[in-house]
Amino acid sequence: MVRMTGAEAIIECLRREGVEVIFGLPGGVLLPLYDALYSSELRHILVRHEQAAAHAADGYARATGRVGVCLATSGPGATNLVTGIATAYMDSVPIVAMTGQVNTGLIGKDAFQEADITGITMPITKHNYLIKSSRDIPRVFREAFYIARTGRPGPVLIDLPRDITVDELEFDYPEINLPGYNPSTKVHQLQIRRAAEVLMAAERPVIYAGGGVRYADAHEELFQLATRLNAPVTTTLMGMGCFPTDHPLSLGMLGMHGTKYANLAVQEADVLLAVGARFDDRVTGKIASFAPKARIIHIDVDAAEIGKNVRVDIPIVGDAKIALTELLKHVQQRPWTEWNEKILMWKKEYPLRYTRDENVIKPQFVIEKICELCPDAIIVTEVGQNQMWAAQFFKHKHPRKFITSGGLGTMGYGFPAAIGAKVGRPECEVIDIAGDGSFQMNIQELATAVVNDIPVKIAILNNGVLGMVRQWQTLFFGRRYSHTTLGDVPDFVKVAEAYGALGLRATKPSEVEDVLKEGLASDRPTVMDFIVHRDEKVSPMVPAGASLSEILELDS
Amino acid sequence: MKHTIAVIVENKPGVLTRISGLFSRRGFNIESLSVGATDNPAYSRMTISVEGDDVVLEQVVKQLSKLINVIRVSRLDPEESVERELAIIKVSANKDTRSEIMQIVSVFRARIIDVSPRSLIIEVTGDEKKVDALQQMLRQFGIKEMARTGKVSMVRGSKVVQAGP
Repeated sequence: MVRMTGAEAIIECLRREGVEVIFGLPGGVLLPLYDALYSSELRHILVRHEQAAAHAADGYARATGRVGVCLATSGPGATNLVTGIATAYMDSVPIVAMTGQVNTGLIGKDAFQEADITGITMPITKHNYLIKSSRDIPRVFREAFYIARTGRPGPVLIDLPRDITVDELEFDYPEINLPGYNPSTKVHQLQIRRAAEVLMAAERPVIYAGGGVRYADAHEELFQLATRLNAPVTTTLMGMGCFPTDHPLSLGMLGMHGTKYANLAVQEADVLLAVGARFDDRVTGKIASFAPKARIIHIDVDAAEIGKNVRVDIPIVGDAKIALTELLKHVQQRPWTEWNEKILMWKKEYPLRYTRDENVIKPQFVIEKICELCPDAIIVTEVGQNQMWAAQFFKHKHPRKFITSGGLGTMGYGFPAAIGAKVGRPECEVIDIAGDGSFQMNIQELATAVVNDIPVKIAILNNGVLGMVRQWQTLFFGRRYSHTTLGDVPDFVKVAEAYGALGLRATKPSEVEDVLKEGLASDRPTVMDFIVHRDEKVSPMVPAGASLSEILELDS
Repeated sequence: MKHTIAVIVENKPGVLTRISGLFSRRGFNIESLSVGATDNPAYSRMTISVEGDDVVLEQVVKQLSKLINVIRVSRLDPEESVERELAIIKVSANKDTRSEIMQIVSVFRARIIDVSPRSLIIEVTGDEKKVDALQQMLRQFGIKEMARTGKVSMVRGSKVVQAGP
């Protein structure tokens, strides 16, 4: 065994866990750890605000499938991570967040920059630790990475009092011993056979796939099952890319801003197979009238998700890849039926559409153009209208290439997450589809992108308002636009230039393609400012609390 | 409906907070909660009495099971379990009422553990109903103070709830 300081042990643990990059920002109590980092080979990316460190670790994790790591100092540094940790928790993203803490002897004394971050993050982490002795560092780090990436993935926080990073220990990396944590891998064979029977006998089957398919890398199995059953597939926002949206069996997204045909199909289905999805309220609409005719089969790695929101007829607890592989052993090729024809008809009758305009840029048009020019890009979004249009109008084909804050709906997520995704997948073009409201929430990270030479592209659908909230005000609050107008500031091109990034602007539809071509060709961080109409709406829409059958098509 | 669950947890700081936090966050109602050591110093046992229908109970069990520090969660069927609670009750007493109180205590097979000129402390063990009934009977004399432990519970027969398989 080797004797070393706590800080050196932490670096050694990160090395053993295969960590290649940390997103962070130093502070007083972290000085010993940052000093050890200085002489290590670990890449560290200095952010301008800790929230961005958490989002970048999250974007890195979603894009690569590896555990993302962020680091912030005690007190305000740690509390600034909270939104990012909650975002990762809601979307089941594996990150390890390390926070500095005051010396163990000062804990509980309201010391300078002290915050009870393990208490604060208890409800938004899969697990968290406060290390009280340097001897525990190797065990805790090993457990933290294991917990973050296995089962239903999620964020784990490790709080590091300053003195434990200075104290010495004999380094030994112990085996995992967690008697209370047994992520289920095997699936129940009887339930698999029952599910297969029900699917084979179905007249109007629908597969509803969520983020669990992506995390389990089960998209190929999903594709095989869907084509063998000739079952149409709808995905959640988190599941976008797990089934190619240009396939005849694809229904696109379901739910509040899903396609009309996906929602109709779910409401008509006699069997609904949910895979790695959690029946979120944005998906189900009014829960009592969701999929009223369907027997529901639910595959989820988290037993607590089964039966949480809807009654389930056949529960299958287990990893989506394993469950689908088992299911494939028991189902045979089914023919193309009237049900498939009916869905094709609905797709023809109710396509996603918008009204084109010669003079004003339509945000949907910008996204179609991005898709045309860069179909294999990693698309990251902010939250609101930009996010929904990106989900609807980009032709998603690849898992792990659509990165968005689904559960928490965090404005300001997209840009730092795009930085993380680009660091993890430098060979891919990474485009943040943003709104002017969301982008301003972490705009300071332009410095991080420029200084570290991370050439992400930001396409701002700039309508000068908080567009989604304005849409609701238009529809449900008598056009009383209470505090949703942001104005024409700032000049995003000048902001980009001030940070040393490239800034481009399009004000007319005819300029969109040129701006995109120039922006995508650039090898620098680039802000593309598309001035769009402020009253363009996301359509169709199921009003909050209404049934999926009550979907409205809105005019722009 | 009231349910009883036994939870074996790791004996580590913060575990009680994780469990009580989970209950409040998910909107589950705790009726009573008692914690104590087990034969193995690494683990503690909690008995939690929770109010809700079967769907709520199933969520409680599943959500508790997800906590890393929770080793085992068992639902205890009241028909097949023994339940006990301990209460100590300080009652006003003087020379006129003392003998009547002592008679009641004897009927309930409770014990008097402290006597002073103006009060008595009574210790009672039993199921919730018995403790409630004694409390009810003593109220007429004036209950000055009371401490109840919350119930602990165990399945009858050879079936066990423990950390190991």
